[in-house]
Parts: sequence; structure tokens; C-alpha cells
Amino acid sequence: MTLDLSAALGSSLGVLLAVVLALLLLGTLIAYLLPHWLPHPGARDLLTNLRQRTNSWWLMIGVFSGTILLGPRAVIVLYALISFLALREYYSLTPTHRADHRALFWSFFVFLPTNYALIWVGWFDLFVIFIPVYAFVFLPIRQVLAGATDDFLARTGRLQWGLLVAVYFLSHIPWLLRLQFPAYQLDPHLHPAGLLFWMVLVTQANDVFQYVWGKLLGRHALAPTVSPKKTWEGFIGGSASATILGGLLGFATPFGHLGAAAMALILCLLGTAGGLVMSAIKRDLKVKDWGGSLPGHGGILDRVDSLLFSAPWFFHLAAFYFHGELVNTASEGFKAIFRFGW
Amino acid sequence: MSAVVAQLVRLATGVRAYRAEEATLPPGPKVYYANHRSHLDTLVIWAALPPEVRRRLRPVAAQDYWQRSAVHRAVARAMNCVLIPRDPKKSGLSPIGAMEAVLAAGDSLLIFPEGSRKAGEGAAFRSGLYHLCRARPELPCVPLYLQNVSRILPAGEFLPLPLIASLIAGAPMTLQVDESREAFLARARAHLYQLAP
Repeated sequence: MTLDLSAALGSSLGVLLAVVLALLLLGTLIAYLLPHWLPHPGARDLLTNLRQRTNSWWLMIGVFSGTILLGPRAVIVLYALISFLALREYYSLTPTHRADHRALFWSFFVFLPTNYALIWVGWFDLFVIFIPVYAFVFLPIRQVLAGATDDFLARTGRLQWGLLVAVYFLSHIPWLLRLQFPAYQLDPHLHPAGLLFWMVLVTQANDVFQYVWGKLLGRHALAPTVSPKKTWEGFIGGSASATILGGLLGFATPFGHLGAAAMALILCLLGTAGGLVMSAIKRDLKVKDWGGSLPGHGGILDRVDSLLFSAPWFFHLAAFYFHGELVNTASEGFKAIFRFGW
Repeated sequence: MSAVVAQLVRLATGVRAYRAEEATLPPGPKVYYANHRSHLDTLVIWAALPPEVRRRLRPVAAQDYWQRSAVHRAVARAMNCVLIPRDPKKSGLSPIGAMEAVLAAGDSLLIFPEGSRKAGEGAAFRSGLYHLCRARPELPCVPLYLQNVSRILPAGEFLPLPLIASLIAGAPMTLQVDESREAFLARARAHLYQLAP
């Protein structure tokens, strides 16, 4: 399944890219002009953070857009890399026992690559159970073989959670490229890459809008014990704005404008929830950010935390309610190889 | 070439060097001392430090271990190690003398006062640091706290994990006049471990 560049740019994906570029330019303009409008010294840290955030956005959007245009295989590789970096940040900060060393090695170098290999060949039935069944059964066994039982349940829980969240959940996103909807036959401008871009766009727009609304109007804390900066005003304003944006951009999805608004609302709610859950984990670990690779945002995991929880629900709801069917999946002949002639 | 290797190590381990305080480091030779839990410690410190520091850094390494094979010798040479005999009585060479020669040449040393990797966190510092500071008064001792390197490659493992390591540098300290060996080593150790996040 290759992506014809000129066709993609002429389709809804091209429009979305233009919209994102426009928003990015607007945001950059604001970030660089704001110091002139608000010259008070107390705002210096905020303004530096804003500039760093904007620069990081240029990098992330550039890499993401470029990868989508390179085709579905590039997208799988990109998400494998994002999962790897996110898993690395997660395991670096969660406490692990010396005895878990080999089990962690299996997570990084066997379960993560196999998960993405299954996406590469399109073996959905096995992908769906590979981590939740095979990996989750194997890991505690490997841990038990190392012999250390102190804190065992918490240790095995932490190991499994990292794989679930950073790898399994996130990797539902590349599957969107194999989902064929009836609407795609009817509208030549629709393309699976457009849907994927729309989904990530709405999720990230929700984060950005909640940040902006929070800074402008934020007064009542949303979850003070979990995340000090989130406010009800930010949450409602941001979610409403992102839902409206998602609805307006619904021409890039097979959902129609109203359906797209509904799906966008779900993405906003789950995205916020995902962010809160990962914040709760950070609070427990007494860290502020998962890493430092994205100046102004923190680590990779800080940027994708809203995508993690929304990705699996989005994939399955879209397929169920809008009659999506998986195409280009692994053939029976390919699967038969693994029966070894049985 | 070493800059490329350093960059690769930094990418692989994600190691970032932080300064705990903005104390400016005095110019001239210094002795850097770090906690020691993994084979990768020297490599990670070497890669994480800024190039101008790395150029003049000479990690102290045990001669009997690092001359074992051609590979070991090549690695020790690539990182500009100064090889010290662990048992001075057998070889007749003075370890402190060799280290002093490095400082006299204007380079800085990197030592691991805990000794072996398996010493654990409770281990007291060996006395080399003290003798070095006695021989060279006013020698600045800069603590370097390594975090997570022991999780990347613990003692006894050969499979590394791609975890993110950090190097936290503290303010320099010097041996006070009339400070006893025990007091100085205990103070140096506390000064290093208070960098732990």
C-alpha cells in the first residue's frame, strides 16, 4: 500500500496539512510577539517555555507529516521508534529490581519489535492478544525464574503496565491505515492517512487548546491532587474548541461532520483522562516530566500521553460504528507457516 | 573520532550531564570522583562530559584488569586511561606517583573511590583520594553522581538495557588543613551522595 504523493496532497490530507501549517505559523507568531505585548519580567520563564514549545512543535509536526507522506511502512517504523523512546523513559523512571533485568530485556528487544512486526505483516488477530496474553503471561514467569520475590506483584505490574501503555495502546494508531470504510469508496478525497492525521491533530489540539484556555481563564483546579496546572476552564474550553475543530475538519474522516465531532469529543475526554493517569503516575514517582528530549514539553511520553488512552478506543469505535474493515492483512498462507505443518 | 563515539554513547544511553550548582569549576587539574556500580561508568562519564573537559580527562583504571587482552588495552587507550597497579608492593610502582604525574602534566583524573563495582552503597571510600589531596594541597575534588548506569549494565550482566542515565556534577571541595583521613573521606562521600535526586 503506497502513498501517491500528489494524490495525498490533493486529498483531504493536503487540506489538513495546510490547516496545521496555518495554526503553527499563527502560534509561532504569537509566541515570538508575546514578549513585546507583555514586557513584565515575571513572564520571562513562561515566554521561554512558549518559544521552546513552539520550536518543538515544528520539529514534531515536521517529522510526523513527513513520515505520513512516506507511506504506511514509514508510519509503522515511526511509531515503533516512539514506543521505544516512551518505554525507555517509563522504565528509566519506574523503580525496577536488579532481578528484573532480563525480563526488561525481553520487553525492549522481543515484545516491542514483535508487536510492530505483527503490524508490519498485518496479522491483527495475533497483534490483539500478543502483548495482553503472550507477553503478560511470559513476563512474570521470567521474573519468577530470577528468584527475587520482594515487592513481586508491584514489580510485575509495573513491567506489564509499561508495555501495555507505551507499546500496545500506542500501536493501535498505525492500524488506522489498514482500516477501509465504505465512505472511502464514495468520496475520492478521503484517504486513511487523512484519518490518522485527523486523529493525532484533534488529540494534540485538545492539549494545546486546554493549555491556552487554562492560561487565559483558568481558575478552578480540575484535579489538584494529580495535576496542579489543569483547570476546569481549560478542560471545558479546550475540549469544546477541539471538538468543534474536529467536526469542522470532518471532511477528512469517513464519519461525516457530526460523527467527526462526536469522535473528537471522545478523543478529548480520553486524551484528558490519559494525561491525568500518567500525571498520577508521575506524582507517585515524584517526577515532573518523563524526560527532557522535547524542550518545553518534557519527554516523548509527556507528549503522547493523551494519545495512549484514546488510540485503542478510537480504533475499535471507528471500526464498529462506521463499518471499518481491515484490509491488506496477513494471508492465511503466511499464518500457516507458523503452524509448522501442523 | 572520539567525539563521534561520545555522541553515539550519549544517544544510546540518553545520558545528560547536569550541574547541581552553578559553581564555576576552577581552572587547572582536578580530580573527579564518582560512584561505581557498572562497567559502563567510565564510558558514560567520558561521553557525557563536555569536549573540553573530556580532552584533559584521564580515568584511573586497574592495570591488571585493563591489560588483559588487546581489546581491553585498546579500550583503555581510547579513553585515555592511566593504568595503575592494584598491588603496588608487587610491581614496585607508586600509584599515587603515577596519578600525581598526570596532574603535574595539567590533566584531570577520574577515580572511583569505592573500589569495586560490587561494593554497594554502604562502602566507605578507599584512601587514594585522601593521599592524592595530601600530596597536592588545594586540589579540587569534583563529585560526579551517576544515576541509572548500574541499571543499564549491572555487575554480572552482559546484556545492556536502553535506560536513560544521568550524570550530576557537584561543587568542588578541597582537603582542609589538619583534616583527618576518615573525616575527609566521609565528607567526600557525603558530598557525592547528597547529589542523588
